[in-house]
Amino acid sequence: MTWRQRVGKAIPYVLLIISIIPVTVGYLWLLISPFSTKTEGLRSLGWTLSNWSFLWKPPFGLNYPSIWRVTLNTFMVATSMAVFVVLVSSLAGYPLSRLKFAGRKSFLSLTLIVHAFPSVTLLIPIYFVLRFLHLFNTMVGVALVMVAFELPFGVWLMKGFFDNVSWDMERAALIDGASRFRVWWQIIIPTIKPGLAALAIFAFLSGWNAYLIPFTFTIGRAGKTAVLSVYLQNFQGDTVMTNWNMVTAVGLFQLIPVMFFFIFTQEYLLNIYAGGAKGGA
Amino acid sequence: MKVTLERLTKHFGKVVAAGDIDLDIGDGEFVALLGPSGCGKTTTLLMIAGIYKPTSGFIKFDGRVVNHLPPKDRNIGMVFQSYALYPHMTVFDNLTFPLKLKKTPKEEMAQRAQRVADMMGIGHLMDRKPAQLSGGQQQRVALGRALVKEPNMLLFDEPLSNLDARLRLSMRGEIKRLQMDLGITSIYVTHDQVEAMTMADRIAVMNEGRLQACATPDDLYDRPETLFVAGFIGNPPMNFIDVEVVRENGDYHARREAFDLVVPAERGEKAAGKGSVILGIRPEDITIADEGITGEIYIVEPLGRDDLITVHIGEAGVHVLADPTLGLRMGQTVRLDFNMHKVQFFDPQTEKSLLWTD
Repeated sequence: MTWRQRVGKAIPYVLLIISIIPVTVGYLWLLISPFSTKTEGLRSLGWTLSNWSFLWKPPFGLNYPSIWRVTLNTFMVATSMAVFVVLVSSLAGYPLSRLKFAGRKSFLSLTLIVHAFPSVTLLIPIYFVLRFLHLFNTMVGVALVMVAFELPFGVWLMKGFFDNVSWDMERAALIDGASRFRVWWQIIIPTIKPGLAALAIFAFLSGWNAYLIPFTFTIGRAGKTAVLSVYLQNFQGDTVMTNWNMVTAVGLFQLIPVMFFFIFTQEYLLNIYAGGAKGGA
Repeated sequence: MKVTLERLTKHFGKVVAAGDIDLDIGDGEFVALLGPSGCGKTTTLLMIAGIYKPTSGFIKFDGRVVNHLPPKDRNIGMVFQSYALYPHMTVFDNLTFPLKLKKTPKEEMAQRAQRVADMMGIGHLMDRKPAQLSGGQQQRVALGRALVKEPNMLLFDEPLSNLDARLRLSMRGEIKRLQMDLGITSIYVTHDQVEAMTMADRIAVMNEGRLQACATPDDLYDRPETLFVAGFIGNPPMNFIDVEVVRENGDYHARREAFDLVVPAERGEKAAGKGSVILGIRPEDITIADEGITGEIYIVEPLGRDDLITVHIGEAGVHVLADPTLGLRMGQTVRLDFNMHKVQFFDPQTEKSLLWTD
């Protein structure tokens, strides 16, 4: 290899390394800071575990629920996201992919428009809807809104997966004597399991990390401890100095479970890009 | 079971996928639907299966109109080109799926599945998943699944197209044998004329959504009713030459530039005086001889048993099957003897046969 070729080969790597430096520095800080009394840049000024005290004693007095309660809440929200998004999307995606009915096309494009709509602009109308339904400041209300926001994506994704299932298989099942529902449940759903898994993981992750919706539709002290991302907000008081080291500790605490979850499930998650995007027959 | 199609029509939007199809299929008969891709043969099959609802016309099973009967109530077995096995189920579960839906008792179910599997030679594969089977084995499972519910009719949608050539040949024989033994009315969709010719009692040739002809393989080959059928059936395909047939001194002559042949009276009289007509003759009905029409060899394609030769006669080109031992070469001048007892004549406007249609 000539010197010129070597440089040519190195250039992409150099560019990539330069561009990921800011991200890497951020993560490094996230790993160093929770275990330090104070940091200067990436340098720890003394190691400690005191930032993790929130694990065994509520940091804002005994009136506040413990972090474990909040974690459970977050887990519930994320799980219900995964369950309901998958359930509704797979039920809606099938007819949109397979059946012919009036309004099918317009429904599909409408879903896409809703998906493209910035959710921030809908916060105020949704507030009124939740008030009307007496679901404001409840976890059910928060979960409901989050599921609703995730559905357009889920429905489209599922439609894509259904599109890829061979018509022949479905026809064979119909001829074998299965009803439409049985075809969906016993033949089609098992063959798109990877797609369902991908969507479930994706929905779970976005439920786990959600901030805007839980923050907007909960108020008061109970609200501020609803989910982990909102709980974090408590540490940035208006009157007290923010203990950034503790903030990063809680942040890391929130990150760890999903990181492991992601490591074990990323193979499935890739199906969203590999399987769902292709056009159907 | 007898199947009757009456003016059966299917539109997809403005496209006529199948139009005015009239077809009678007798009990136990094996009929092939043959045609190029997109000719409407699969559409027709799926209407018979009950997957597509006809736009108009009727489908009758034993005289009873079944247009609105759902597929599950038609008691048919269907085999697909893609096999359409359920990938998450074992062979056993695939075979018993139709029986489970009929709420067949467990023991009987297992017995019937085993019997069909043994018949298909897949009895030892019951615990495998489809992905662990070869293409041929998958096709046997698919066939077994169609047979296990003891259907009144079998539908085949290009079942052999995904198999390799050698396997296709043996499966062809097996399916035919099986169909004869069981005596189940069968409709077989294919674009492969060899499959249709070898397997079917009758062949229904379709093109552009229309039924072109329905006859026995021999009739289609020797007495094609349309230009399309003549050109579609037979490999290498029939030669077509524009000629004019005239009567002279009591004999009929087919003529064009550099071309004059005497036509037997019973064929010639039907084509005479019609102006320009299309003469059709199969490559095997032309032989290289000492006398006859002069032409120049354009190309020689060895096929093993025969050489396929393209000969230019003036501006017309004809394909001829010749004996490879003749050692023919490009550019050589040869004389061709046409077997005029086998020629066909077609009207260039209507593309209908002048010999076999009134």
